[in-house]
Amino acid sequence: MTVLYLNMVTQRAVEEGEAMESGKTTQKYFDVCSLVEMNADDLKALGINQNTNVKVTSECGEVIVKAIIARQTCPPGLCHIRQGVWANQVVPPRTQSTGEPQYSGFPVSIEPAPEARIVPAVELIQKACNKWNGQLLWPM
Amino acid sequence: MKEVIKHVACPYCGACCDDLEITVEDDKIIEVKNACIIGTEIYHHASREGRVGSPRRRQPDGTYKDITYDEAIDFTAKMLIKAKKPLIYGFGSTNCEGMAAAGRVAEDAGAVLDNCASICHGSSFLAIFDTGYPSCTLGEVKNRADVVIYWGSNPAHAHPRHMSRYGIFPRGYFTGKGARGRKVIVVDPRYTDTARCADHFLQVAQGHDYDLFDAFRMVMHGYAADLPDVVAGIPKEKILEVCDVIKAGRYVHIFFGMGLCHSDGRNHNVDIAINLVRDINEFTKCTIMAMRGHYNIAGPGIVWAWQFGFPYCIDLTKGSHAHMNPGETSSVDLANRGEIDAFINIGTDAGAHFPIRSFEKIGGAGIPMVTIDPSVNMAATVSDVHIPVAIVGVETGGICYRMDNVPIQYRAVIKPFNGILTDEELFDKIYERMQELKMAGIESDGSWEYAAPLADVRPVKEAYE
Repeated sequence: MTVLYLNMVTQRAVEEGEAMESGKTTQKYFDVCSLVEMNADDLKALGINQNTNVKVTSECGEVIVKAIIARQTCPPGLCHIRQGVWANQVVPPRTQSTGEPQYSGFPVSIEPAPEARIVPAVELIQKACNKWNGQLLWPM
Repeated sequence: MKEVIKHVACPYCGACCDDLEITVEDDKIIEVKNACIIGTEIYHHASREGRVGSPRRRQPDGTYKDITYDEAIDFTAKMLIKAKKPLIYGFGSTNCEGMAAAGRVAEDAGAVLDNCASICHGSSFLAIFDTGYPSCTLGEVKNRADVVIYWGSNPAHAHPRHMSRYGIFPRGYFTGKGARGRKVIVVDPRYTDTARCADHFLQVAQGHDYDLFDAFRMVMHGYAADLPDVVAGIPKEKILEVCDVIKAGRYVHIFFGMGLCHSDGRNHNVDIAINLVRDINEFTKCTIMAMRGHYNIAGPGIVWAWQFGFPYCIDLTKGSHAHMNPGETSSVDLANRGEIDAFINIGTDAGAHFPIRSFEKIGGAGIPMVTIDPSVNMAATVSDVHIPVAIVGVETGGICYRMDNVPIQYRAVIKPFNGILTDEELFDKIYERMQELKMAGIESDGSWEYAAPLADVRPVKEAYE
């Protein structure tokens, strides 16, 4: 299986902002935030088409998201997950003693995971906090 | 009957657009004019079905049961008294009145008081403490600036009307030609939608902003000949060209954003940006401003600096004096080390916006947790109690500070949904209940379940090897 090593940034997008104000439990938020934006050449190097699920792994975690060609162009070697629940599954909590985690500029590996399921936001949070009871109380 | 309310200020980003026109009928919001797509969504969300109309308590099976405000206030007050180091974090989306009321509660409870700047422009504060803040108001940018630099910020997405109201397009007193009279420089590792509006786009290598600032400073100090051929991915010729544009400007303004604060270097990136401003002032007038995220995230910096002497990361647990030391008293670091034993998440969403490895040490540590927010957010889905409050700028007014620290009077356009309380009313009631409980003899006796020992955070060095 091809694995690509990239530099990751996580920042705001207007689509994310709008969906966040609609509600983080909504389908809209799920659709616009569970994405990784990449350069077309990097997608090619992974041997996948747009809208294929991939596994993103960092030094502190992993997350399944859908790979797309970046709408705001990323140069080859750089990828972007919109800030929010999915991005923060892989953001390292180290702060360089400033209180601010490493939201931008951390190494990740990306590999195709076409069959893997993208987990909804509430399930990700509740599982991490040992409070998942097996059902989404806020249907999307 | 339809009513159009004019000059309404928007509760989304730090640009605080105060020219909105909201059409209201039967206490429902019908139409929103002049707002960006995100601001519009906030107003419509307020009138949508499915709002939470009452405080709720999490049950052992994970479901939620409605409780009264009195019960929710009692739970919160008791939690704050009993905890030894509670953390009250958030405040990006509330008014200054709510922040002041929360400050009083935090002082009485001996809590750590922190706001979203802690994970946003906190490192800008550190740089400003060290270097100063040669800033201005957004009005001055609009009326005077003919060279505008957006460095590591993407207002097209994060502050959608910033470019049209202040930065690039407006016609001001000395800038009558609007966009045609301004030179716009954008520095970003990605070719963002903001970069599309730029006359000069510098695609800096991610994490190398400091190098590029250094190159600019060398040119300003007269050492252009010593520059390497390429700095941070930018050719020397391009750097010299942009420096000429800056020197030729009558008034240069730099807006900087999360690209500096979230990358390696943090406060040092901002520090050198401010030093560059000082250098540019040898040639022409230059100012700098942080692109603050939330509409009132400048507010706690003002209110708490007045109350306690510090803008964020305020440790009040000592009881005798306030103490601020980011890295030690900052929310994410406190969470990483498992130092807190109770958590209030207000007007923000630590669940969605903290790294999960930090948040799981709050949400999964078995400590009591209260979320105060109008909507169901991620923190609310793992909190013991969720208390809904009125949305500032929609259901209640108040003072909010714009990104240039100018106070804006916000106003309510509809009544609070289901008669829910405002943040200020809620914190005042929590304070009153704390006094009653203390009179009744309840004290910090360690009877809460304290944070369990933590799994280690993997050392950075090991992770890279």
